[in-house]
Amino acid sequence: MRSILRFVISRLLQAIPVLLAVVTLTFFLIRLAPGGPFTSEKSYSPEALARLNAHYGLDDPLLVQYAHYIGRAARGDLGPSLKYTNRTVNAIIADAFPVSLELGMWALLFALAVGIPAGVIAALRSHTALDHVPMALAMTGICLPSFVLGPLLTLGLALGLGWFNAAGWDTPSDRVLPAVTLGAAYAAYLARLTRGSMLDVLPLDYIRTARAKGASPWRIVTRHALRNALLPVVSFLGPAAAGLITGSFVVETVFHIPGLGTMFVTGAFNRDYTLVLGLVVFYGALVVLFNAIVDLLLAVLDPRTRKGLA
Amino acid sequence: MTEFMAEPNPAAPPSPGFWSSSWQRLRHHRLAMVGLLLLAFVSLACIGGPWLSPYGYEEQQLELGPTSTSAAHWLGTDVLGRDQLTRLLYGGRVSLLVGLCATAVSLAIGLTYGLIAGYRGGRVDAVMMRVVDALYALPFSVLAIVLMVVFGRNFLLLFVAIGLVEWLTMARIVRGQVLSLREQAFVKAGRVLGYSPARIMSRHILPNIMGPVVVYTTLTVPQVILLESFLSFLGLGVQPPTSSWGLLIRNGAEVMESYPWLLLWPGLALSITLFALNFVGDGLRDALDPRFIARSGSKP
Repeated sequence: MRSILRFVISRLLQAIPVLLAVVTLTFFLIRLAPGGPFTSEKSYSPEALARLNAHYGLDDPLLVQYAHYIGRAARGDLGPSLKYTNRTVNAIIADAFPVSLELGMWALLFALAVGIPAGVIAALRSHTALDHVPMALAMTGICLPSFVLGPLLTLGLALGLGWFNAAGWDTPSDRVLPAVTLGAAYAAYLARLTRGSMLDVLPLDYIRTARAKGASPWRIVTRHALRNALLPVVSFLGPAAAGLITGSFVVETVFHIPGLGTMFVTGAFNRDYTLVLGLVVFYGALVVLFNAIVDLLLAVLDPRTRKGLA
Repeated sequence: MTEFMAEPNPAAPPSPGFWSSSWQRLRHHRLAMVGLLLLAFVSLACIGGPWLSPYGYEEQQLELGPTSTSAAHWLGTDVLGRDQLTRLLYGGRVSLLVGLCATAVSLAIGLTYGLIAGYRGGRVDAVMMRVVDALYALPFSVLAIVLMVVFGRNFLLLFVAIGLVEWLTMARIVRGQVLSLREQAFVKAGRVLGYSPARIMSRHILPNIMGPVVVYTTLTVPQVILLESFLSFLGLGVQPPTSSWGLLIRNGAEVMESYPWLLLWPGLALSITLFALNFVGDGLRDALDPRFIARSGSKP
């Protein structure tokens, strides 16, 4: 238990320089961008523009602004949004994150429920139709980008057959199409990954031993083979979980879902410096967190990696 | 030892049989050959098509409006009466060009970075790889969007931005390969002979890591095309009236309820190209697999 605690703490300490580098890079990069948050749409008078810049501290020297930002961000305050007046970045994230999280969870659930069984079946019946058909579908899933799949699903199932709403995030059935769109590529990847590692594990001696002592095929697959075969799958889940939540720009745009992705894209369009920066920090932290969780999961599943924790 | 000390004759063909035997293996990979043919077809159509087409990609026939397939417009016309096939092929040029250029940028950065990190080793390597780890912590799409905002959606800078995002894995692969090669006798021999690190890296190490580099480069192209389409789809990439597959898909998705073909054709073109590239990449991986090569013994 103590070693796990120490592992968590050391991972969190390692995350600090990474996050700092990310914030610094983004902060200065985004200030290089031509145009400012107040240059589009309404044209402000020079005095009003000066007051706005002064209000948000945008007329300070860049390094002073940077120091201010880091200081505040370290205390968990990501500052006010420049476009959504009277709203803080924290409040925007608090509103949008649960939406993106829910979408990501459904998509992950879909990917796991489809990808792993498909991979197992394909491996058990390798070089038969039960292998070729799911793997061809998986290749399609990888090659069909979400911004093609999403509109196609909407066209067929929502506009054509009328089973779902074409856009929105109100009823439970509104979750289905976005989750499938977002999860499809991950389901495909998981299927290929599971198949590959199952094929690595199945010819091993301990599987033959299990078979020899009369364990049922079901038990061999679930208790013996999968336990080892899932290790690469679990290590893929870290980046995948982060990608599902951060990579939902397209899906949220296609289905008009008020999540982080929509906020990030509109923020980038509007040059809402603080919002974009705040979201990058938030995304970075999420990725670090997910990777740490996955490392812990791996340690629980695989005693061999536990030594590395201490 | 003498064989290692001998100055390699630059005129001699470098390990004959490696590329030709790889090509033999690739030719027997049916999916890869299908992919190559598809790719050749798409490239030729995109390069030659707009040139043969009687329409310009910007040429509007507003009175015509969106029409379905006809003899005059094989794939129909879009909302502004522009010929969809011409726009599709022209967009293909943009997408393929961005794919190649951005891959070249990522290859140049990743290869140089990985070579230096792997060859220097030690503390330099540790620091350089920490930087890569740090950049990995930033989701790619987030970084690409930030870069596009910074670069002001400029077409020329688009592929630089994408290349800057996609070099990380290449750097890791190259570094891993170099790390194992630098302890080999032929590298040590080069060092003993007083060759400069630049010469050892480019003349002695580089040819030995070409297999994985070629494979990963092929697999980077579809990723890059995907990223370009993704940015264009969000409105952050190629700007109208220029066309690219991502942009066409975006425009098609806006009006798909009434004119579904405007979404279907560009979606199909993009997916087929991605399919073909992935097949070729898979085939190359099988053909250049180092384990396979080790077994066939055609490479030290």
